Amino acid sequence: MIPFQPKVVGFLCNWCSYAGADSAGARKLEVAPEFSVIRMMCSGRVEPQMVLKAFSEGADSVAIFGCHFGDCHYQEGNHSAFIRYQLMRKMLGELGIEPERLRLEWISATEGVKFAAVVKEIVESTRQLGPLQTARVQEFSERAAGGER
Amino acid sequence: MSKPKVAFYWCASCGGCEEAILDLNEGILDVVAAVDIVFWPVAIDTKYADIEAMPDGSIDVCFINGAIRMDDQEHAVKLLRRKSKAVIAFGSCAHLGGIPGLSNLTDRVATLSRAYLEVPSLDNPNGVVPQKVTEVDGGELTLPGFWNRVLRLDEVIAVDYYLPGCPPQPDTISAAVQAILTGDLPPAGTVLSPGRNMCHECSRQASKPEKLKIAEIKRIHQVLVDPDECFLAKGVVCLGLATRSGCGEKCMSANMPCRGCYGPTDGIVDQGAAFLSAFAALLGPGDRPDLGEVVASFDDIAGTVYRFSLPASLAHRGNLMKNKGEPTP
Repeated sequence: MIPFQPKVVGFLCNWCSYAGADSAGARKLEVAPEFSVIRMMCSGRVEPQMVLKAFSEGADSVAIFGCHFGDCHYQEGNHSAFIRYQLMRKMLGELGIEPERLRLEWISATEGVKFAAVVKEIVESTRQLGPLQTARVQEFSERAAGGER
Repeated sequence: MSKPKVAFYWCASCGGCEEAILDLNEGILDVVAAVDIVFWPVAIDTKYADIEAMPDGSIDVCFINGAIRMDDQEHAVKLLRRKSKAVIAFGSCAHLGGIPGLSNLTDRVATLSRAYLEVPSLDNPNGVVPQKVTEVDGGELTLPGFWNRVLRLDEVIAVDYYLPGCPPQPDTISAAVQAILTGDLPPAGTVLSPGRNMCHECSRQASKPEKLKIAEIKRIHQVLVDPDECFLAKGVVCLGLATRSGCGEKCMSANMPCRGCYGPTDGIVDQGAAFLSAFAALLGPGDRPDLGEVVASFDDIAGTVYRFSLPASLAHRGNLMKNKGEPTP
C-alpha cells in the first residue's frame, strides 16, 4: 500500500511570511514538498470561505502564515486573521473536523529557519492525523454498513 | 391559449411553505385564475398516477419545497422533474437544506434513536424504531428508506430557479409568479430575490455605530434590545451581515435578529463562512486578552451560522467526502 501523502495548503502573506519562505530558500533549507503555497497580500485577506474551499478540494490541513502582531503592512489584517482562525477552529470541531487541521503561525521576513521548521512540523502532524476522513464520517460509515435500524 | 399548468410538492419540510402560498390571501385567486393547478397534495386530491399518466414536460412550472432525505421524496421529485418544463426550489429547505439539514451534523442512526428512543417526552416502551420492512400477519409492510444525510433539492434533480426564505414571503412569491407568467425571467440558476445584503435594507441600520465593536457575545434573552437598535451593536449574533435581503424584515420587526433564511447573497457560496469573515472583524483587536473566552462563549457556531444552509456548506461532510467515498446518501 502506498503510504499516505498529506496535502497541506498554506496561505502566506506577501510582506512577512512569503519573504520568510524566500529566506528559507536563500539559506538552502529543506522545505517539505507536501506544502503548497498560495501567496496572499495579507493574512487578513484569507477568508474562511477560502479555507473551507481548500478542505473541500482535498487539503488535509490548511495553514495561514502572517506577520507578527504590530508588523502588519495593513495595520490590523493579522488581527482579523487571528480571530477568524479562533472562530473557525471551534466551528471545524463542531463539524467533525479536527481543529488541529487548521494552523496559524506568525513568520517574519527573516524567519526562514522557523518557516522550514514549522512547515515540517505541520506536514508531520498532518501525516499523524491521516487523510481528511473525519472521525465522525468514519463512525457514520461504519454504522451505515452495520445495517438498517 | 390554455392556462399554464402548475404543480406544488413537499418533501422534508414543515408545511410552512404551503402556508406561505395561502398567505397570498386574495392574491391566490389571481394565481388560480391565471394558472391551472394540476398537482398539490396538500390542497387538492390528485394522485401520483395522474402525474405518471401525463406526457413528459407537460407541467409548465413545478414548485418543490423541502429537502430530500427519503426514497419516496427522491422518486416523486425525479418524476416531477421529468414532467415539468421548469422546477423551482421553493423555500430554504429545497434551496439550501434548511432546518432539516442541521441533522447532517450527525447521521441516520443517531437521528432515529434520538427521535424514537431518547427524547424525554417519549412514550415508546417497546423501543420501536421505523423499519424499511416489517413482517406482520399476512405479509410485509414497507416504509420508504430514511437516508444517512439530508440533500438539497439540486443535489437530486436539476433546479431552474430558487425562491429563498423560511418561508418565502408573499412579495417574493408574487414577484416570481409574475415573472413566470409574463416570461420575464433571469438566467436559469438565479435566486429570485434581490441580491443585496440584509444590513443594506435593515431599518435598524441608522443605529449601527460607525465603528462596530463587540465586547461580549450575548444571546437574545440576556440583553434588552430596543426596536430600532442594531443587534450586533448589542453583541447579539445577527446573520444580516451575510444574508440576502427581500424578506421584509419579519424577524427584526418581532425584535429578533436575522437568522439567515434567505441564504447567501449572489457570488457567495458558503453563507456561514462569509458571516464568520465579517463577524471576526467586529470582535477585534486580535490581541485582546479575553479573546479565548469570547470565542468560547459563541455557542454552537456551526448551528448558528449554518442554521438554514448546512448542506450547502463547503465544510459539510457531504461536500468534503464527495471524492472520498462516503456511502451515499
